[in-house]
Amino acid sequence: MRMKRYVIIGNGTAAAGCIEGIRSVDRDGGITVVSAEKHHVYSRPLISYYLEGKTDTERMKYRPDGFYEENGVRVLFSVRAESFDPDGRTVRLDDGTELGYDALCVAAGSRPFVPPFEGIEKAENKFCFMTLDDALALERALTESSRVLIVGAGLIGLKCAEGILDRVGSVTVCDLADRVLSSILDAECAAVVQKQLEDHGIDFMLGDSVARFSKDTAYMKSGKEVPFDILVLAVGVRANSELVKNAGGEVNRGIVVDVRQATSLPSVYAAGDCAEGFDASIGQNRVLAILPNAYTEGRTAGINMAGGDDRFDCAIPMNSVGFFGFHIMTAGSYDGEMTEEREEESVRRFFTRDGCLIGFIIIGDTVRAGIYTDLIRKKTPLSTVDFDFAKKYASNLIFSPEIRRKRFGGVV
Amino acid sequence: MKRVYVNEEWCLGCRLCEYNCAFANSGARDLAAALKDRKIFPRIRVEDDGKITFAVSCRHCVDPICVRSCIAGAITKKDGVVKIDRNKCVGCLTCVLVCPYGALAPGENGTMQKCELCLENVCGEPACVAGCPNRAIVYEERGE
Repeated sequence: MRMKRYVIIGNGTAAAGCIEGIRSVDRDGGITVVSAEKHHVYSRPLISYYLEGKTDTERMKYRPDGFYEENGVRVLFSVRAESFDPDGRTVRLDDGTELGYDALCVAAGSRPFVPPFEGIEKAENKFCFMTLDDALALERALTESSRVLIVGAGLIGLKCAEGILDRVGSVTVCDLADRVLSSILDAECAAVVQKQLEDHGIDFMLGDSVARFSKDTAYMKSGKEVPFDILVLAVGVRANSELVKNAGGEVNRGIVVDVRQATSLPSVYAAGDCAEGFDASIGQNRVLAILPNAYTEGRTAGINMAGGDDRFDCAIPMNSVGFFGFHIMTAGSYDGEMTEEREEESVRRFFTRDGCLIGFIIIGDTVRAGIYTDLIRKKTPLSTVDFDFAKKYASNLIFSPEIRRKRFGGVV
Repeated sequence: MKRVYVNEEWCLGCRLCEYNCAFANSGARDLAAALKDRKIFPRIRVEDDGKITFAVSCRHCVDPICVRSCIAGAITKKDGVVKIDRNKCVGCLTCVLVCPYGALAPGENGTMQKCELCLENVCGEPACVAGCPNRAIVYEERGE
């Protein structure tokens, strides 16, 4: 049999998962990775840790130096895929070359979304915060006296703020939303987190948005003026789904995939932040742009591309994020009945529906929180665990001895 | 492969496993020098509600969700053993968020630690097992 030809568009976490998925089934087929970035696969969420000095470009490598060679992967760096032809099964690159494929994975990630702010083109020293090159460019611009304005109080904006705070004069974060981390926290939990961030010296301007920019000032809708030396735009992201859309594939907010990561086009798969896969917490498709899902989606795509049969049907939203040493964990959906356990520095909110845990928000004591996440993912009936105990302590004591025997006495 | 298994009926809750673990991974020669008057960060933890006690450490899962979830690519599985490269770890705790068993926790410097079966420290096999006075923790082959 002729060797299969695999093409992966993208060189991030989902691509690494795809390579490992393919190789778990097919040791011989040729794999070509089309990488718009010039870098060896790196951990994108670490760019804020890089600026904070907690890692460096060497340790940020998501896989070791020998990864491509050991897996027989040819990587085309600094090249973009312009289009692909699902009938002829070819990918056209921006250097004019064409690659034939038997199975294609689109793992093209996402890009920053910059709203059409009036005067944005006049603003000097503006940056996005998505890629390693973004972080390196921002780092070159930072000075001890820089006044930094970050537009967007989501995960990207706030991790950026934490990463640079000690290296600049001041950091102000503004957001149209009236709270921080509005996509993962409710109002009360957001207030707890905001207070912590303010105590560390980050200034907030929430429920306000930029009406227009001059070269070094943001004029807010409220009438306030914010002078800045450096502007970081972290409003949101958009899935890179155009390649599939232009080829006639089904695209919604991301590339629509089934639980095998297959798109609507034959032999074309998609994974990672560009894909809109099944979210088990809401029972429908949604873009879940988090690293663990990117890897698993990529791996599932790879296994199926190589002729195996794998399904990823238990994805849920989840985030673990720390700021200045205090941690926040969230998972699942909040569309249920809420119960709360509160201590001085610690908040736990649990959301239940139909006798199951469907989501939680924990601020502070996050020990063993994965036990909760697993209750959500497995849809464990709460009648089978000691949930009153669980609300206070994430513990294996919440299970019956029989269940514990299975968990700790066998291969899992 | 051989793994660490616990039998809670036999566990006395003495926490010797925690001390032996911390000592084995300290690199120190002397137990007192390694642990005396120090907060210890063992990779096995006894859970205790006053009635039931048992020790929990990494299950070395067949398909470990921590490996798939680590945002730094710091957790790998090789020859059946799930390991963490603490030099790459940034302490984001995503592994804590996903581990169904509660088997990972930060060490003294904030990077994550987990049971690596003592294969690479001076013990060569799990110190918690060797030191368990009631054979409540065993190291044996029970499949895959």
